[in-house]
Amino acid sequence: MKNIEFTLNGFPMLVYVDPSLRLLDVLRNTLGLTGTKEGCDIGECGACTVLLNGKAVNSCLVLIGQVENQNVLTVEGLSSHGSLHPLQQKFLEYGAVQCGFCTPGMLLSAYALLQENPHPSEDEIKDAIAGNLCRCTGYKPIIDAITAYSR
Amino acid sequence: MNNFNIVGKNVIRQDGLEKVTGEAKFADDYSFPNQLYSMMVRLSVAHANIKSIDYSSIENDPEIIIIDSRDIPGANYIGAIRQDQPIFADQKIRTYGDVVCMLVGSDPEKLELAGKQVKINFETLPTLTDPLKSLKKDAPLIHEQYKDNLIVHYPLRKGDIEKGFSECDHILEQTYTTPFIEHGYIEPEAVIALLREGNKGVHIIGSIQNPHTTQKVVATVLGWPLAKVRIQQAELGGSFGGKDDTMNILSARAAVAALKTKRPVKIRYSREESILESYKRHPYTMHYKVGYNNDGKLIAMKIDILADGGAYASMSPFVTWRTVVQATGPYEIENVWTDVRAVYTNNPYTGAMRGFGSPQPIFAQESIMDEIAIRLDISPDTVRRINGFKTGSVTASGQKLHDHDVNLITVMDRAIQESGFQEKWKLFKSQKPEFGIAPDRDDLILKKDEFIDPDKTVYKGIGLAVSFRGSSLGAEGIDTAAAYLSVQADGSAYLLCGLAENGQGLRTTFSIIAAEVLGISVDDIFYLDHDTSVIPDSGPTVASRSTVMGGGAVKNAAEKVRTALQKFLTEKWELSENDELLFAGNKVSCKRKNKQIGFSELCGLARNKGVNLAALGWYAGPQVDWEEETGQGDAYFTYVYGCQVAEVSVNISTGQVAIDRIVAVHDPGTVINKVGAEGQVFGGVTQGAGYGLWEEISTHQGMPRELNFDEYLVPTSKDIGKIVPIFVQGKEKYGPWGAKSLGEPTLELTAAALANAIRNAIGKRFYNLPLNLEEIILQRKLRKEDLQRGSM
Repeated sequence: MKNIEFTLNGFPMLVYVDPSLRLLDVLRNTLGLTGTKEGCDIGECGACTVLLNGKAVNSCLVLIGQVENQNVLTVEGLSSHGSLHPLQQKFLEYGAVQCGFCTPGMLLSAYALLQENPHPSEDEIKDAIAGNLCRCTGYKPIIDAITAYSR
Repeated sequence: MNNFNIVGKNVIRQDGLEKVTGEAKFADDYSFPNQLYSMMVRLSVAHANIKSIDYSSIENDPEIIIIDSRDIPGANYIGAIRQDQPIFADQKIRTYGDVVCMLVGSDPEKLELAGKQVKINFETLPTLTDPLKSLKKDAPLIHEQYKDNLIVHYPLRKGDIEKGFSECDHILEQTYTTPFIEHGYIEPEAVIALLREGNKGVHIIGSIQNPHTTQKVVATVLGWPLAKVRIQQAELGGSFGGKDDTMNILSARAAVAALKTKRPVKIRYSREESILESYKRHPYTMHYKVGYNNDGKLIAMKIDILADGGAYASMSPFVTWRTVVQATGPYEIENVWTDVRAVYTNNPYTGAMRGFGSPQPIFAQESIMDEIAIRLDISPDTVRRINGFKTGSVTASGQKLHDHDVNLITVMDRAIQESGFQEKWKLFKSQKPEFGIAPDRDDLILKKDEFIDPDKTVYKGIGLAVSFRGSSLGAEGIDTAAAYLSVQADGSAYLLCGLAENGQGLRTTFSIIAAEVLGISVDDIFYLDHDTSVIPDSGPTVASRSTVMGGGAVKNAAEKVRTALQKFLTEKWELSENDELLFAGNKVSCKRKNKQIGFSELCGLARNKGVNLAALGWYAGPQVDWEEETGQGDAYFTYVYGCQVAEVSVNISTGQVAIDRIVAVHDPGTVINKVGAEGQVFGGVTQGAGYGLWEEISTHQGMPRELNFDEYLVPTSKDIGKIVPIFVQGKEKYGPWGAKSLGEPTLELTAAALANAIRNAIGKRFYNLPLNLEEIILQRKLRKEDLQRGSM
């Protein structure tokens, strides 16, 4: 067990945990942030995507020890002061959400892309979310939502 | 035509806000104090007799509780039609997914280790994995209580088949196969069972597709009254037909464990466990013999279909019934002889999945229709135009299609027009691809002139497929639905329908319907959590029936409340019975009297006068009938029609098929939520494309090979080109304002359209899904076991 400090959704966070725990488990079980989802455990589905220092990562493949002094953003940190981030709003308007299980990860992959590249092409959007599986929407509404936000 | 305020427009999801913020609570997001976890113990074998179970190394551990069949107070064997599936296997293992016992405790890691210490003494039995051998005399019997491995056999007889074949100009016979398909919901199964106080029973929260079905199973397993079992649906992370039987069984296991431990018990599955234990879409082997004339007219069709039901009957009798009704496709044929059988094997069991017995025959029948067109040198749309259903046509089961818009040809024409099908099909057909080596050649060293010209590796193709589909359950079962609407004194309203949200957006569809009737905003409707204790059983969320049946019930409930308000206003404003009241824009008005009142104010006044503003709506499906012996009858009360056109680029050196564009034209009746309806098309087409090109659960001696998304390939954002959804909204007398079905029709056509497009591109017909790289290049599938290092 170890004290691990990191920045979570803009705020300093200190957890006392086994450093070999997965970031996903610390978020969900230790901190109760259940917006990050678990879909496959092997980094294939992207449901557990969070941002680590601005890059989209699968939190099932990151150990909590690795995020010491790093910056983590989860879906809970996207909206601020009770108002939706405009990207979340676009997801709603364009029907990018059906069952919603892939949505947190999808939002974060899109957010990471847009931070780096505010006006991505359709191919760049498809690349950015290629690691996030969605079984409901056929991706088209998600791509449209991201495109609409970037304009 | 109705003048709608909200219906048909784009409406944001009722549950969207909590889903984009991460607040939406899926089953695994629930946790309770003192909660225990669980671990399933299985035998790594497909078929065996269990002789004894030795728990001696863990049974004295106070932190581990063992749950097996001995703990079940009621029935251990369950099933919708045949009660052949054990909650805990106690005598036999019939497939790899079977669970012998469940260990429960507070430490999941400890449970993992303990699970390995359960020693099961067993005797291996001969394994049956080839459904074609299941009905042979010497086949191993999967269920001893039945005389053979036949789950169900549906015959359909129309006309005189032999006479038909003897009188037609040509006969074409072909065999097609399709694989096991995994639903691939991104949320794996999870459920929690909580014992309630005193005699209140059990409360179950889970990723449950059909709460009322789960309620029945849990009550049966516990031996309890139904009302003592309360099922609450958590937010459902995708289902596509897949969170029915599996979730009923998991819920029952959790309930039994909660009863024994008196503590909350959670079951959560890993992806591997989910794929291993959950049911799949049926693999079909389909033999079609078609007699047709020089003019393109179909004269006779003989169909023999065998479905691999796997180890348990599950929904096989329902799935294959839809197949027998729809197996000819939407074509009027005088002489039809169909046999559809489902059989037991030791493979994973098969059940409901989006499409439900239609994607398989559509792949076969639409491939054959194109082959007939090619042989007669006519275009694919022509052969369909000649034979396709029109108003007054009679289906294979003898049902006359007359009281709705039979829009088959209309949707096809629209798709052809949108895609430029006819010109492209002719152009691409004239391509002459030069393939490299023949796949069966012994000498694999290429000579200089045998290499494929690198500039001539990619060929374009276009293909179409059409379908008709029975809306809702048809003669499968009782078809009714309920909805509860309670308008508050300020005009806001609670709404809940007995059909459970599966992620597709029915909460929104239902809210639109209620808001439209009452003339209020969708934002005024607050949709309740689904709970069997507050809403009547409305049957399952299946068969693309939610909008037509649940929507009918919601409309009925809203109309009851509106009638009460109308009556109140008629007295208040001293109107005559013929005065029309307009409910729109959150106001109610009477033009003749020049009177108007806000909806909110009206509800307050009515409430104060003791008017009941709550209603239970009900909708019952019209009468249908079915004659088992001959397969004749009015199978469904109405049908929907669809056509999809796929454009592909096929690389003949790699076998890769790129999907350039898919035009999907559907007649779902009236569209309630445009963005929701389009979402069904995008999602359904994408799943259908996965079925056509990549997805397959293969098995090795009954064990699924693909247990996670690294090997089971669902489409990603990069796999599909443009999808163009188009709706033709035909007239229909049933459902809310004539809205009927869309979810499944969008999926069932895509694989067939892709297969026809590939045929158009490279001149080869493919008979076995998926049409992946190996299938295109080698016309067979490669398996891990095929690889032998160092030898060819």
